[in-house]
Amino acid sequence: MIVMDGVHKRFGKVQALWGFDLAVPAGTVCGVLGPNGAGKTTAMRVLATLLKPDAGSASVAGFDVTRQADQVRRSIGLAGQHAAVDERLTGRENLLMFGRLHHLGGRAARARADDLLARFDLTDAADRLVGKYSGGMRRRLDVVASLITSPPVLFLDEPTTGLDPHSRNAIWTSVRDLVAAGTTVLLTTQYLDEADHLADDIVVIDSGCAIASGTPDALKAQIGARLDVVVAQPSALATAKTVLADLPAAASGAEPATDADQRLVSVPVAADAISLTEVVRALDAAGVVAEDVALRRPTLDEVFLRLTGRELEGSRA
Amino acid sequence: MSTLNLRWELADGATIVRRNLTYLRHAPGMLAVIVMAPVAMVVMFGYVFGSAIVVPGNANYREYLIPGLFGMVAVNLIPMMVTMARDVDQGFVDRYRTLPMGRAAVPFGMTGSQIVLGALSLALMALCGLAVGWRIHNGWGRALAGFGLLLLFQYAMSWVGVYLGLVVGREETASQLSALVFPVSMVSNAFVPTAGMPAWLRVVADWNPVSAVVAACRDLFGNLHAPVTADASWPVAHPIAATLAWSVGLLLVFVPLAVRRYHRTNR
Ligand SMILES: Nc1ncnc2c1ncn2[C@@H]1O[C@H](COP(=O)(O)OP(=O)(O)OP(=O)(O)O)[C@@H](O)[C@H]1O
Ligand SMILES: [Mg+2]
Repeated sequence: MIVMDGVHKRFGKVQALWGFDLAVPAGTVCGVLGPNGAGKTTAMRVLATLLKPDAGSASVAGFDVTRQADQVRRSIGLAGQHAAVDERLTGRENLLMFGRLHHLGGRAARARADDLLARFDLTDAADRLVGKYSGGMRRRLDVVASLITSPPVLFLDEPTTGLDPHSRNAIWTSVRDLVAAGTTVLLTTQYLDEADHLADDIVVIDSGCAIASGTPDALKAQIGARLDVVVAQPSALATAKTVLADLPAAASGAEPATDADQRLVSVPVAADAISLTEVVRALDAAGVVAEDVALRRPTLDEVFLRLTGRELEGSRA
Repeated sequence: MSTLNLRWELADGATIVRRNLTYLRHAPGMLAVIVMAPVAMVVMFGYVFGSAIVVPGNANYREYLIPGLFGMVAVNLIPMMVTMARDVDQGFVDRYRTLPMGRAAVPFGMTGSQIVLGALSLALMALCGLAVGWRIHNGWGRALAGFGLLLLFQYAMSWVGVYLGLVVGREETASQLSALVFPVSMVSNAFVPTAGMPAWLRVVADWNPVSAVVAACRDLFGNLHAPVTADASWPVAHPIAATLAWSVGLLLVFVPLAVRRYHRTNR
């Protein structure tokens, strides 16, 4: 449904996209994650026909973004990174204007606007000037504006940045509803839990390249899980280390790490092959008293940190 | 390539006009500015400076001034430039460009709304003029032709405004540029006859399109006029033709430039 194939795009000296590939099947959500300046917005703007790629090709709903821009535009909705709604009109007037520009009839546009305003909790504010909206309300209206025609393909550039949990939920719910009804969604986000909740597939982008992609679970599995054991006596650390290294589930050749202050030994393991009972039994057999045995599955934050060497801005929020 | 569909060009253009005019309803303050500006200009130039300015024949300076103020209103492309720059700034143009809209609908809609707003400003200026003693002496036919010329020139300037707004792309910068419009109106025959200016400045002033519009208005309204000497430059001798030429020329250059710029996808 959405395809990018080796797309290059440079702005002066900045190479914003460097052979970026992307493939999003119809009816799925793809989350694009990446540090600031990685090229997420640029990729989205190429797909939304706002930028011409220097090289490579991109298509949406089977239409080429440069040669068939009009057809692409009829298939998409875009909520850009900065809310593009008119401050000097009311919320409702904004939606009606976009409805008209999409060539919906007046009545259809009004009905659709009322429905969306209600769904996003904006009915009370519908007839106030957008200039007087809070940042979150504006953001919601912007997302609503991109939904006015129920487009088959939706681009959401950081749709929930700056929103309170309630508004965030409203957007998540709508995205899920839309996807259930067959919409294909490409979204960028700073929040890994958002990607985790919404995305069927994740693409991690850094310096204009896709450096990893897959389902959230597959990405986590790539890093694998970690087994942490806290021993009761510092003297038992060395024994514990050998026990863990010999576990069948331990990654081959992996050297368990020890932390004497914490009395902690940890080793990377294959999460699906390990049984904690076995671990406890093995430690017992070696005479090691364990205070705590825990299997830690990686979070997407760790995946991201591992892949890009950076933490995501939103992950601390 | 996008195809041109006249029906959507018109319908979408009308939607943009409607949007720009809806502002007036929500912001009576903006209307107040539009109303107050001509009053302020008439008071400032007609009474403050006018008290010290002597025009040929020692006639009523305000009779000389009002067509000059018409010219100043008509050349003012700032509101258009600021509105356009703001739309770029706020990502509005981006959103428009992802819609299946007519190719030229946005620039045409923007300039279309400016016809309405501009006509309003000119009408208010005319009312202020009438209040301070300015009169039409050559009959309504010519007066209408005069207003027609003003509107045409104003429309052409609004295309320059749209183009500059797209190029500048930042509301703040666009507002700062508004300081430049003032000297453009000042170095002309709008406020004083150009005869008294140093030779080099006089050449600039005589070829300034504002001078052409203003002289054409004085002709058509039958207002006080500096005498045209035998060695006068072409626009001074033929102000109506010069205004038409300027307007058509500006439109021929800036309509395609603005439409192209609007679509320039490689930003
Ligand atoms: N119009 C432009 N002109 C010049 N450089 C640009 C332009 N747009 C983007 N860039 C540059 O391209 C790079 C990628 O920018 P992009 O906006 O795609 O990043 P991003 O991943 O969306 O970042 P963020 O998380 O901050 O939104 C950046 O270095 C940016 O400075
Ligand atoms: Mg971005």
